[in-house]
Amino acid sequence: MFDLYTRRRFINGFNLTVSVLATIFGLFWLVWLLWTLVRQGLPWINLDVLTQPTPPPGSAGGLANAIVGSLMMTAMGTFIGTPMGILAGTYLSEFGRGSKMAPVVRFVNDILLSAPSIILGVFIYEVVVVSMGHFSGWAGALALALIVLPVVVRTTEDMLRLVPDTLREAAAALGAPQWKVIIMIVYRAARAGILTGVMLAVARISGETAPLLFTALNNQFWSSTLNEPIANLPVVIFQFAMSPYDDWQHLAWAGALLITFSILFLNILARVLLRTRKPSY
Amino acid sequence: MVAPSGAAQTIGRMQRGVLLDRLFRVATRFFAGMVLVVIIAIMVSLLIGAWPAIQKFGAGFLWSTEWNPVTNQFGAAVAIFGTLATSVLAMIIGIPVSFGIALFITELSPRWLKRPIGIAVELLAAIPSIIYGMWGLFVFAPLFADHAQPWLTDHLGDWPVIGNLFQGPPMGIGMFTAGLILAIMVIPFMTAVMRDVFEIVPPVLKESAYGLGATTWEVVRHVVLPYTKVGVVGGVMLGLGRALGETMAVTFVIGNAHSISSSLFMPGNTISSTLANEFTEAVGQMYTSSLIALGLILFFITFLVLALAKLMLLRLTAREGQRT
Repeated sequence: MFDLYTRRRFINGFNLTVSVLATIFGLFWLVWLLWTLVRQGLPWINLDVLTQPTPPPGSAGGLANAIVGSLMMTAMGTFIGTPMGILAGTYLSEFGRGSKMAPVVRFVNDILLSAPSIILGVFIYEVVVVSMGHFSGWAGALALALIVLPVVVRTTEDMLRLVPDTLREAAAALGAPQWKVIIMIVYRAARAGILTGVMLAVARISGETAPLLFTALNNQFWSSTLNEPIANLPVVIFQFAMSPYDDWQHLAWAGALLITFSILFLNILARVLLRTRKPSY
Repeated sequence: MVAPSGAAQTIGRMQRGVLLDRLFRVATRFFAGMVLVVIIAIMVSLLIGAWPAIQKFGAGFLWSTEWNPVTNQFGAAVAIFGTLATSVLAMIIGIPVSFGIALFITELSPRWLKRPIGIAVELLAAIPSIIYGMWGLFVFAPLFADHAQPWLTDHLGDWPVIGNLFQGPPMGIGMFTAGLILAIMVIPFMTAVMRDVFEIVPPVLKESAYGLGATTWEVVRHVVLPYTKVGVVGGVMLGLGRALGETMAVTFVIGNAHSISSSLFMPGNTISSTLANEFTEAVGQMYTSSLIALGLILFFITFLVLALAKLMLLRLTAREGQRT
């Protein structure tokens, strides 16, 4: 019969097999999704997509204004959110130890991190859009910055905490003031990790649709100012995909392919760059 | 003028150091405080926006299933039910799979395969929500309706307790599809956290267990998991938080029906999908206010989930006598 040894080996084998199957299960969806994007989107990718503005239904056009709008808002959102996040994360990891404020901030940041992005959209709608009286690219960028902030705070703190205290102590023992220790030693040691956090944040906001629905809204025409409603790729894709017009649906798939592969490319590029720069420890 | 002595220079540098230290500390503290300001501002603005609806409907808003813009009668029960049901479904599917993948990457995978698989799972997280939605609606739903759904209804539909869950016309879209897609979307987040925490287990601990003759599974079960459970719960918490508030993918596939059904195959609605669909089109103060009230409820649900998870974490760490 089953002695203990056989039973343990069986349990081991069974669980490990399930683990392998889980991995295959996970990767299966990725392959299917990417395949779908390529098959549905690739036939409609052409130069017009990159150079022409969004068309009315039934005529030819592209996504140029949406792409530019997305780039502007993503850049601005990252630009606002990242420095705030890094400094706040630094406080949590370096200055806040033992303080009463740090645990509260950490708790709140975790909530903000998981706060549904659509709630952030509603918040910005009430605070910015209503008071400005109109939808605008700034409102969209601010909503995106609110998504960047907690991501960067969290990863910065996590990464700074991974830096061994002995490094800090060694620098302090040489007479370096704390700001110098943090900037020259701790940041440098954690640079790769912090950068990964920022990249993750950028990747996340590049495809965010929900917070833009009622902040940046959309714009069928060229707009190069963040002061008015601005076209952006995710919302255009949403509108076009849900529309009954074939042309629009094709553009939606082309946009989906474009946005996804740009994000994937950025992700992979960042990892390659990080890998070559990171010392091998 | 005498050139400053070495000692004076040192003192000057020290004073500058102290000043810069203070500046740096104040700056970081300020932005840490910003995080608090943001969350309070969100709460206050949602409360203000939702106030007309709260005043009119009172607590009954929570369990009223009415949602009628024409008569200006609104209730949140349908959306709350949809949000919770799809998220629970996503957790049921997502947690075991995430754990399995994390286990595979950290313990089983050959060295050369670790990186590619790790990256692949992270790429799953990089794909925007709206892409999941398009894929779910235009690719997955038709296939699911044609092939999987009739089979499930035939084989599970007659079962005594769970049978009802699998009844209904094969439409492809609905609660089940939404839950499944949510699961796929949160798997990379939970996996990433689990993998990261599994990897911080000191090799010495694992090697000791292996040295005593433990199998790989026993090492995971009795060494890795106890050492990392705080992180694992943290990862699950992250996934649940994302599932509860996920908007675009759900909006595509849930079917957007203001009704509660006992079947997983029927269309429904979540708080976030209601907001995405109706917010810009809402006419009248009461309609907008009711939608913001929905947002407030979603915010509180996420808040509650995270607070509970945090308390659990604190209890776990307290029992282990670790410092946080």
